[in-house]
Amino acid sequence: MGFGAFGGSKLACTEYEMPGILVIAETTDGAISPISFEVLGAAHKLSGEGGGSVSAFIAGSQAQANELIAHGADAAFADTNAALASHTTDTFLPAVEAAIQQSGADIVLLGQTSFGRDLGPALAFKLGTAIAVDCVELKIEGGRLHATRSAYGGNARAEVTWKGAVQVATVKAKTFDPLAADPGRSGTVTAIDTAGEARVKVLSTEKASSEGVKIEDAPVVVSGGRGLGDPSAFKMLEELAHLLKGATGASRAACDLGWYPPSQQVGLTGKTVSPGLYIAVAISGASQHMAGMSGSKNIVAINKDADANMVKVSRFAIVDDYKKVVPALIEEIKKLG
Amino acid sequence: MAARAVLRRRPLDRVNIIVCVKQIPDPETPSSSFKVDEAAKKVIPAQGIAPVVNPFDPQATEAALRLKDAAGGGKVTVISLGAESARDSIKHALAMGADDGVLLNDPGFEGIDNFQTAVALAKAIQKVGEFDLILMGRQAADWDMGVVPTGVAQILGIPAVTIAKAIEVNGSMLKVERVLDDGFQTVETTLPAVVSVSNEFGEPRYPQLRQIMLAAKKTVQVWSASDIGLAADELGAANRWLPLEALYVPKVESNVEIIEGDTPEEKAHNLALKLRAAKLV
Repeated sequence: MGFGAFGGSKLACTEYEMPGILVIAETTDGAISPISFEVLGAAHKLSGEGGGSVSAFIAGSQAQANELIAHGADAAFADTNAALASHTTDTFLPAVEAAIQQSGADIVLLGQTSFGRDLGPALAFKLGTAIAVDCVELKIEGGRLHATRSAYGGNARAEVTWKGAVQVATVKAKTFDPLAADPGRSGTVTAIDTAGEARVKVLSTEKASSEGVKIEDAPVVVSGGRGLGDPSAFKMLEELAHLLKGATGASRAACDLGWYPPSQQVGLTGKTVSPGLYIAVAISGASQHMAGMSGSKNIVAINKDADANMVKVSRFAIVDDYKKVVPALIEEIKKLG
Repeated sequence: MAARAVLRRRPLDRVNIIVCVKQIPDPETPSSSFKVDEAAKKVIPAQGIAPVVNPFDPQATEAALRLKDAAGGGKVTVISLGAESARDSIKHALAMGADDGVLLNDPGFEGIDNFQTAVALAKAIQKVGEFDLILMGRQAADWDMGVVPTGVAQILGIPAVTIAKAIEVNGSMLKVERVLDDGFQTVETTLPAVVSVSNEFGEPRYPQLRQIMLAAKKTVQVWSASDIGLAADELGAANRWLPLEALYVPKVESNVEIIEGDTPEEKAHNLALKLRAAKLV
């Protein structure tokens, strides 16, 4: 089946069939999640660089499907089946498979979220193919997806391709730019009503109680690592963060030691942040921390070791004892008013 | 914070649990010691830094041991796919209190990916036979893919629950508290199932000397690819589902401005001025 102008009219000059792309969108509290627009942005970019048309799937309304079209999809599937409301993998699998079949997509993209990292691998194994998770770069080569992702805690980059027919990938948050909504964009919306049996039943979901600024949204993040040597040092970091109207974060090493709540962990296995200012105190930047904050616009390192990786990637760095620097910095910023 | 990891209600008589563990290069290796052989697309082991058990895996072993205790009996079998040195990761789990160990070791496992690994683990699990629950760490801190638990569940045709912070077995039902990006979720499913365990589960026990000595005496079975029924066309880097095209250390271009000053206070003063000039504070 075709979708508008895109279904049948593939450019004659290409040597290969342009691979169709399907984006699996998700919702948070009933609204389309920001990362889904980023994934659509990535898909739209691929479409312009050798990829085929972009379809999008959402467990939601016709209006939400139109919203996906406004953000770059050429066609959309709106699955209104109530069983999908809790976003569980078992219920989504047959619905997504139906969308893959109907759209003829060769590439399936999801966001690297709680939902995407659960559904994506299950979908891949069900289709007998592989998934690359948390991709930071995507391109089309010879009609096939070619993805780049971090490995070894950000120490290495891996470029991968797929042996199987369908190429499934999740996209790292805040890596691709969403398109601005264009209500003038048009595309076909197909209503479907498919859901799988829920083997895993959701009994309850609760939001983490966040005191103060949510770390992912904070304009400034002040983080501490194992190099602090002392859990009570986080008080100092909290004071600095509070002064700058920001949030306080921690490295995995510090969280593993029980020095700071895991909900505030920044890193590959924690939160991804990209604030205007990231102040890294006693964090070497050697482990997986970088993967969670390398998108920060400006990094300041406070570290005793001039050779620390975090110092190298910073815009400004102070090489000295944080115990003296941080209290002084708090006073200086108070003076600036 | 993560105190109530296992809640007990109606105990099973016995619970048989399989734990999969992986040996990886130490993730705390300084980035200056991290090297890649780009031609071979392999990490060069850092000199003097021994590989370690994946940091999430002892939590899976801990969960298995607590569930076995809560049930009042059963067996915890540890499986690891890897080099001969991966025996150490199995011994670590045995020293924590696991009962049996199986090492999947074969030249054909060299260079395989997460998907081939999931197939091999599923075959090994079928060979072990009786199991109520399969536990793994939420992801291995080398490739950070987190796809093997779900893959094994798909292959075995049983439910998967990922990123658990608390697990409760209640008859044939399994209740799991999951960690989400922005909170927590409690789910329920039936056994058998696969559960991946996150660091929020809580501290794993530390093996005591006596247990380490006991573990040293426990035999670890070694199974080859053919022992678990894997064919040649499922093995080796050539048969990866996700072929590795390149592996390299990303270049870091440093443009850092080191803030000067005679004292820490002077440096802080100069930094504050720089930040204000750049409109960052």
